[in-house]
Amino acid sequence: MTQLSDLFIKTKSENRAALIGYMPAGFPTKDECIMAIKAMVAGGVDAVEIGYPYSDPVMDGPVIQAAAELALSNGTGASDVFDILEATVAMGVPAVVMTYWNPIERFGVENFANEIAKRGGSGVITPDLTIEESSGWKSACESAGINRIYVVAPSSSEERLPKVASECSGFVYAASLMGVTGTRNSVSGNARSLVERVKKATDTPVSVGLGVSTKDQAHEVAAYADGVIVGSAFIRQLQESSSMGEGLERVEKLARDLSEGVRR
Amino acid sequence: MIEDFVGHFGPYGGRFVPEALIGALDELTAAHESAKNDPEFQKTLSDLHRTYTGRPSIMTEAPRFAEHAGNARIFLKREDLNHTGSHKINNVLGQALLTKRMGKKRIIAETGAGQHGVASATAAALMGLECVVYMGEEDTKRQSLNVARMKLLGAQVVPVTQGSRTLKDAINEAMRDWVTNVATTHYLLGTVAGPHPFPTMVRDFHRVIGVESRAQMLELTGRLPDAVLACVGGGSNAIGIFHPFIDDAGVRLIGLEAGGDGVATGRHAATISGGTPGVLHGTRSYVLQDVNGQTVESHSISAGLDYPGVGPEHAFLSDIGRAEYRAITDAQAMEAFSILCKTEGIIPAIETAHALAGAMIVGRELGPKANLLINLSGRGDKDVQTAADYFGIPL
Repeated sequence: MTQLSDLFIKTKSENRAALIGYMPAGFPTKDECIMAIKAMVAGGVDAVEIGYPYSDPVMDGPVIQAAAELALSNGTGASDVFDILEATVAMGVPAVVMTYWNPIERFGVENFANEIAKRGGSGVITPDLTIEESSGWKSACESAGINRIYVVAPSSSEERLPKVASECSGFVYAASLMGVTGTRNSVSGNARSLVERVKKATDTPVSVGLGVSTKDQAHEVAAYADGVIVGSAFIRQLQESSSMGEGLERVEKLARDLSEGVRR
Repeated sequence: MIEDFVGHFGPYGGRFVPEALIGALDELTAAHESAKNDPEFQKTLSDLHRTYTGRPSIMTEAPRFAEHAGNARIFLKREDLNHTGSHKINNVLGQALLTKRMGKKRIIAETGAGQHGVASATAAALMGLECVVYMGEEDTKRQSLNVARMKLLGAQVVPVTQGSRTLKDAINEAMRDWVTNVATTHYLLGTVAGPHPFPTMVRDFHRVIGVESRAQMLELTGRLPDAVLACVGGGSNAIGIFHPFIDDAGVRLIGLEAGGDGVATGRHAATISGGTPGVLHGTRSYVLQDVNGQTVESHSISAGLDYPGVGPEHAFLSDIGRAEYRAITDAQAMEAFSILCKTEGIIPAIETAHALAGAMIVGRELGPKANLLINLSGRGDKDVQTAADYFGIPL
């Protein structure tokens, strides 16, 4: 069992959803990224996704693209991602890395899984790794004892959805809509039916991401999902602030609001 | 012969995409497979090629150019004479017909030099489809004439301002559009890269180049060529002319990559010559990347070859030694460009000039008894500004 799996047992017993916050490693700088994660945790985030900034983020909208570009221009690399992971785990929350596939392949598939485990990480979310290409990754994660989290989408067929869901451990990442990351005015109606479809296929907890940014949206999603994932909205707090101090305050405030939202 | 049922070429190819796209890729794979075996579809496409593209394209022997290529016999497969000025139309008409077959009404495309964008806009106009073309902002400046052509044809051109503002970023933006609008939209990818089925499907639509060339060479010379040469960016024109010769063991297949300032300088787009295996834009192949797996910016005088990836079948053909890949610098390409203009009265695309520079080298290696087949993949009208700047001709 990873810390992440334990978290969902705990939140279920508290009759609420888990709040999962996303922050790209090295944004705006390595130290400030750790400060931002600390603010998220102080505000009540239950688990953290650390994004591995990548040069060609085809699943991401403008907010995360800009953040990743800045992180890369700061020279953020694999060792920084692992350092930030370790620092996050030290804050007492489960942490996972979210990364496009190529950085894993470049680092070495087994080495990457082992390093995640060594730094105390619970698992890895891989938004562009299909289950067909996963055989090496599966055995690497199993031997390292970490969770493998894939993304399912509203377009996933009846035949395919159970296959992908059953490959996940920790949680299943349900993309609420057909599109890229970013805040939206409302949570897509597809999210609820997608979560219901996943729940028919597996007992693994289901978390909803893409387009959740407010307390009300978090509350709405928490009614049917085990976890609520928020990314771009946190990043925007930092991007829109005139100072790091202000940004950290806004991040903590947003985390507190969302954390109230995920309580049913 | 090579790819397995999920689009692998040895360790290369496959699908590395968001789950949201799997349904569309499966739908496209099925549409391509059924169309391949549907005589009516094949007749529609070949009729279009005969009456619209201008196929079969002719073969031109280039004896005066050959004097600069060791006096080997040089044969040019004239894809530059196709409607819209390059080989790109072969694939575009095929995919546009598939779009209609799937009941979709909107196509999106990426473009570097603008040739694929122009071809896509052309097919969209011909078939009544909505067309949006993503083009790196840098490339819209380098290729403003093609931007105007696309607009005249009724397409919307979206300049991409992310990242390096070139072809790779245009592909990223097209993929984001596709993830969002996949139910109504077909992504008309312009090269033999991307997730399965694109490398296989785009190759199949370009095989006509090699099939015609093989017959033409046999008719003209009574034998197969000693070597087939083509430029390689993503690799669509090259795989199109190579593929029908793969089983002909005596025919050397030589791909010419964009060496920019020279592979040793790091400023190049020679992905097989100077890259390492990795995943980019949904497929595993050779990639220009750093130690962390971040894509490195490519450099070439030719916008159409300025791409840090390459089709997975080329990666495989290189690894097994069936095809060889060499880098041609900007300077070598421009020299060949100038020589073809002045010896044969043909202005080639700068992309194509890389293949011609390769022919000059290989011709000298093989000598006068050799027959070389070169894919003259595109014409150089779009490059007049770049070439004039390069040679100091005032406009």
